[in-house]
Amino acid sequence: MLLKMKFTQQRRVRLAQGLWLMSWLAVMCGAFIFCLGVYLKTELLRRAEVMDNTEIHVVPNILMMVGLASIGTNWVATRVCQDSLDASRFPRWKVLLLVWFAVAALLCCLLISVVVLSYALQGRLEESLKVGLRNGIRFYKDTDVPGRCFQKETIDHLQMEFRCCGNNNFKDWFEVQWVSTRYLDFTSKDVKDRIRSNVDGRYLLDGVPFSCCNPASPRPCLQYHLTDNNAHYNYDYQSEELNLYSRGCRQALTDYYMELMNSTGPGVLSVILIQMSVLVSLRYLQTAVEAATALENPEGESEGYLLEKGVKETFQDVKAKVLDIVKFAQVDPSATEESPGAADAVKPADNTTEKAVSPTPSPAS
Amino acid sequence: MAVLRVKFTKTKRDKLAQVLWILNWISVVTGAILFSLGIFLKVELHKQREVMAERDIQYVPNMLIAVGLIACAINFLGGKICYDCVDTTKFLRWKLIMLPYIICTFFFTFCVLVGALMCYCMHGELEESLNLGLTEAMRFYKDTDTPGRCFLKRTVDMLQVQFQCCGNNGYKDWFQIQWISNRYLDMSQKQVVDRLRSNVDGKYLLDGVPFSCCNFNSPRPCIQQQITNNSAHFNYEHQTEELNLWMKGCQQALLEYYTNIMQSIGLTVLITWLFELSVLTGVRYLQTSLENVLRQEDPNSESDGWLLENSFMETARSNLNIIKSLGKGNQIDTAGNGDPNINVPSTSKAHYGPDNVPPKQITEAS
Repeated sequence: MLLKMKFTQQRRVRLAQGLWLMSWLAVMCGAFIFCLGVYLKTELLRRAEVMDNTEIHVVPNILMMVGLASIGTNWVATRVCQDSLDASRFPRWKVLLLVWFAVAALLCCLLISVVVLSYALQGRLEESLKVGLRNGIRFYKDTDVPGRCFQKETIDHLQMEFRCCGNNNFKDWFEVQWVSTRYLDFTSKDVKDRIRSNVDGRYLLDGVPFSCCNPASPRPCLQYHLTDNNAHYNYDYQSEELNLYSRGCRQALTDYYMELMNSTGPGVLSVILIQMSVLVSLRYLQTAVEAATALENPEGESEGYLLEKGVKETFQDVKAKVLDIVKFAQVDPSATEESPGAADAVKPADNTTEKAVSPTPSPAS
Repeated sequence: MAVLRVKFTKTKRDKLAQVLWILNWISVVTGAILFSLGIFLKVELHKQREVMAERDIQYVPNMLIAVGLIACAINFLGGKICYDCVDTTKFLRWKLIMLPYIICTFFFTFCVLVGALMCYCMHGELEESLNLGLTEAMRFYKDTDTPGRCFLKRTVDMLQVQFQCCGNNGYKDWFQIQWISNRYLDMSQKQVVDRLRSNVDGKYLLDGVPFSCCNFNSPRPCIQQQITNNSAHFNYEHQTEELNLWMKGCQQALLEYYTNIMQSIGLTVLITWLFELSVLTGVRYLQTSLENVLRQEDPNSESDGWLLENSFMETARSNLNIIKSLGKGNQIDTAGNGDPNINVPSTSKAHYGPDNVPPKQITEAS
């Protein structure tokens, strides 16, 4: 027996009551996990326009699923607790409890996997943001193209809200034509020179949109001719730090989402702890009550345990049982080792397969 | 003739006491809500304090906070009283306190009503405060090197971005002030010197606005400089261009924002006032019916409850007389129209010598 404990009638009653309360607490925790998943998903969906793929959405999806499943599972646990001290009503939960333990263990594993995934998917999130932001910056000028007309507003809003500029930094804007040709005066010499100066015929300039401007700068924002020290009075491009936002939007968004997921980490871990304690307590309650009903005096002392045999033996037992069930479903030609009940069911099937097998050798021979 | 007399059986009285107990606890919760609304308003006003001039607007959130706290206290006491009123013996404990409590609560509900009305009256003061505050803030926009004003540029920029507004009443306010500091002006350039000479005060005025006025919904990159010059930009017409900059003035934007908050708070306070008034009416009926039961000496009998024992005019008159007589305690009683020859029996207890036997009344001579 693994970790056995003695339970008097009073202790069993206390355990049932305490477990009932803890199960309701676990229901609240399940609701909390669900709300956390919903919140995370809405935050990701809000910035879906600058993300290329939705791989990161697996984290909030699992959280929502686990939250709902946890609410249902722990509600079942409360019903079991209520029936546990009633000897007539408790036996009907016997089979369901095995399934319950499996489901509860699965939920704990899923929650642990969520914590692991939220760290592991950081690289994928960065990749997705990199591609999404690159597209956003490229299509910034296409405010007249349906399907892309919202990119300018999205990028401007994003840069102002997260205090960032460009993909990696503000120089990303120098490589892209972000001023639409609708607003370029082609009779002007300056415009013609710029367009001729590069291979693709794009109007590139060393300027950034206004949304890159940093309000904390002591001087009015300088957006154009950024690399030209002579274009502005008392201006040194290399040492000017406060004029624009220095952070890239990819970094800003990744930091934001990582912080969000990290802050949910302690909450998820505590929910895992609560779920594990509910699982352990319910196992003790189940074994103690079953042992008590087997005694002559149901009100007497009984023993509760976690596992009937040791860990290794229990594992081998479970493996054998599972293999039995698998073999039962399969058609096995050598039916002699089978159990009688299974053999009766398998034999007619065996006869038909033998009949099917036997004709084939004769034409070949 | 009582005002709104209602008959109360024992069960009706008990039910009334229980219902009032619950309602009093609900009122405690609404008092807490009022308190938190006052705190919320105070925080919101504090957030934009840098663009508001010194005006008396803090009295509104302070009033809400005070009213909320007093409501919690009064209704907590009311809950205790109503809880005890089910039992006639326990009621005796509270008998003397109940009438002063009801009077206090009545005046308190007046305060709640005044608080609700104040929420709607703050508009004028707020408008003036914002007007002056925004003008000052825009004037000191360029003074990022002056201690005490260095943060105003950031404040105004963040305000214009957050509330999607530009200038005090419109973007043209920026044309009338110098918002670029002299530190960043190249005085050797002819253009700069021309501009400085073009106006009386020697200010560098230009038809441009700061970047925070830019509207991100515009389809074209923001035009901040030379706004009124149509030929400076390709395919640009200054009169018809609406999406380039924010059209709303910050004074109007902030006023709308605060007015919305005040209206919601005012509505909540009015609902709380109606609720308090109904609880007060219930407590008054409970008090009068229990007092009448005590007078009848049978705790299980029926009794009457009313709002006022006599009609409104008589009650007002008798209260006025009480107040008048309170002030007359030390004066000579001039009953009998002021004629000193009429025998007015003295009201004070006279001491008639060692035996304390009053003298025989001398009959009037015919």
